[in-house]
Amino acid sequence: MKRREFMTLPASGLGGVLLYTLAGEPFRVQAQEGTVRVPLRFFTAAEARVVTAACERIFPKDESGPGATEAGVVIYIDRQLAGPYGRDKYRYTQAPFVESVPEHGFQGKENPREIYRAGIKQLGDFADLKPDEQDQRLRAIETSRFFRMLRQHTLEGMFSDPMHGGNAGLIGWQLIGYPGPLMSFRDQIDKVHGQPWTRKPVSLAQVTGRPVKGWEDEKD
Amino acid sequence: MRQLKPVNVVIAGGGWVGLTMAKEIASRTSLSVVVLERGHSWKEQYATGMDELDFAFRYRMMQNIAEETSTHRHSLKSSAAPIRQYGSFNPGTGVGGAGEHWAAISYRYPPEQFTLAAFLQNRFGKARLPEGLAVQDWGVTYDQLEPYYWSAEQLMGVGGKAGNLNGKKIDGGNVFEGPRSHEYPLPPHKQTYLTTEFEKAVRGLGYHPYPIPAATLSRTYTNPDGVTRPACAYCGYCTRFGCMIGAKAQPSNTLLPVLQKKKNFELRTGCWVRRVIHRDGKAEALSYIDAVGQETVQPADIVIVASWTLNNSRLLYLSKIGEPYDPATGKGTLGRNLTHQVGVQTRMFTDKTLNGFMGAGALGMGIGDYDWNQGIEAFPGVLRGGNIRAMGSGEGPISSFGAIPQGTAKSDWGSQWKKAALAWHDKTTNIVSEADHLSYRDHYLDLDPTYADKFGDPLQRMTLDWTDHERAQGAMLAQIHNQIAKAMDMRTGGATRWLDKYTVTNYQSTHVNGGAIMGTSPDTSVVNPWMQHWQMPNLWVMGASAFPQNSSGNPTLTILAVTLRGADGLIDKYLKRPGALL
Repeated sequence: MKRREFMTLPASGLGGVLLYTLAGEPFRVQAQEGTVRVPLRFFTAAEARVVTAACERIFPKDESGPGATEAGVVIYIDRQLAGPYGRDKYRYTQAPFVESVPEHGFQGKENPREIYRAGIKQLGDFADLKPDEQDQRLRAIETSRFFRMLRQHTLEGMFSDPMHGGNAGLIGWQLIGYPGPLMSFRDQIDKVHGQPWTRKPVSLAQVTGRPVKGWEDEKD
Repeated sequence: MRQLKPVNVVIAGGGWVGLTMAKEIASRTSLSVVVLERGHSWKEQYATGMDELDFAFRYRMMQNIAEETSTHRHSLKSSAAPIRQYGSFNPGTGVGGAGEHWAAISYRYPPEQFTLAAFLQNRFGKARLPEGLAVQDWGVTYDQLEPYYWSAEQLMGVGGKAGNLNGKKIDGGNVFEGPRSHEYPLPPHKQTYLTTEFEKAVRGLGYHPYPIPAATLSRTYTNPDGVTRPACAYCGYCTRFGCMIGAKAQPSNTLLPVLQKKKNFELRTGCWVRRVIHRDGKAEALSYIDAVGQETVQPADIVIVASWTLNNSRLLYLSKIGEPYDPATGKGTLGRNLTHQVGVQTRMFTDKTLNGFMGAGALGMGIGDYDWNQGIEAFPGVLRGGNIRAMGSGEGPISSFGAIPQGTAKSDWGSQWKKAALAWHDKTTNIVSEADHLSYRDHYLDLDPTYADKFGDPLQRMTLDWTDHERAQGAMLAQIHNQIAKAMDMRTGGATRWLDKYTVTNYQSTHVNGGAIMGTSPDTSVVNPWMQHWQMPNLWVMGASAFPQNSSGNPTLTILAVTLRGADGLIDKYLKRPGALL
């Protein structure tokens, strides 16, 4: 069996909460000197570094708030790719694969894992470039299947429930004022008009009071 | 192969149609009824199912498209490609079918829809109708269906406001609808800021707003079968989700509680029906792969095909029942009159926060001033209109993020875009429309010559594209959307281009229809108006596959109405004298 690889992330902003999202992992998360070591399921440590850097350019930390690195987006993507989605368990993949009109959507044979592997390779030494150079390199592949996936997955990792590995500490939901999957807005829906209704967000596990699992973690 | 003991009735599909037929037959007769459902029961997962990623983005409640899909081509001359990932429609799987994840919008179709061929000819004259139009009458009238509409509304607990009570027009309801014999069982939903503003604006423009009819209960309700469900809590996890409290009418919470008490009813899950076995013009059994992968044959006196629209016609094709339709000659009936629905939406931006995460699938306000036969005089080329509505259906945090007015950022990623997306977050919505989709001679279903499902059976091929008529409908509705947005003091952002070519990647609606249509003649339809097969009297093919064309508005209530009437035909007529009812 392949030796498990780890990636190191800054603990500032995510430390404790990241530990929470990793509950149930058979690996011990090691926090030391302000960093956490997260076990990877699909990426190599080098690949995770490139994806982290690219997601950060798509959804950067700036004066408007936190970005993809702090939310743990790369952990979300790593888990999705390791799970059934990554190997196209829910896409029709029978041959023949033909070129068709754009109205028929993606007709290729490659599954998300393969698209990522090839895309990351193409980005090369991306993680070592300056932000401006990184943006340039991303702009060059902006319309590619890999980039469109990466952008979509970045948003999913920012704003999905933390059970999927991203949105660490509910940082994405705080950013947009989303209160979480509360069971009832019966008393607010026709009264809070034109004004934001916000609460400190809660996750699905907190709402239901029991552990919840994403589809990627279920046996198939 | 396992050969089971015969039962009286076997039903393929455990959604609204299959379980409604099961409930009617098992309650009103002593016949044994077996329902075969491909998926499993979802119910225990609803409580922990408020997860946008798995349910809305990974399509957790939909049929696994890896196992079976359809192919699509735009015309008889172009080549087909498989629909490899979900986009324009979402067939459900599991007990309750698509009736579990639906939005619960519960429209009646207007009276003229059921005799639309004659209606269009009278109003426009043959010369003004597009070439290749294949619109047909249903063989049943609105007046005949009205009691069944009323039964379906009571079954689910639809909330709304009548606009036409026995011919009397009532302000506040949809004054353009057909006459109702009763007010709705429940009052309308609470309204949101957006839908309240919409109502004010359209009233100011002289239009006639009405609350969207909703089977997401506005109050706690007990239906005529004695099934009690709680009022909606407006949690916003509705369309693409099962209701965690049972407020949304679903087969699992509305029909199953009755069926589970019946000793003559059996539900088998994990059973994938592959063929109707038949001999000498008589259906004999359903053949299926059971939950452990064993090929099984269930003989029955009566066979009911009640799966999702496209699977109904496909099962007939695979079973070699009926004459395949040939668009070149117009002969044959199986597969003809494939329609979808004409969806149009216009993006709008406001300076007020909308709290769009609150809501119910069917919560909204609409107008009928450009729907059906209304308001189309000023729009040459438009034969049928569409509804126009603002919805408070509940938007998830992923799907609601990222829309910005055109020109606000250079690309759709990076710091500039992020700042704009945050600034406009929850301050944007769509005005939406669904319009009639007429049927055409060249739009149909047949078996694909190339692609197969997981068992190696050929997929079904859809031949479908938008025509000038749908583009004219879209242009009309978009123009009114913009007028309303202006009256609401909102800015509109970007024209919709959905109707250029039929696109399998953009969600239209799950309202796909036809392929095994009902009608007055065996030369032009697959089933009679009771949804009994013309050539095989003990075979019933039921659901939206029977619609000869589609109206605007959501089809479930009409599906239930024609199904309940079909149940009367089967129980009150066929069982007394088995044979062709017509």
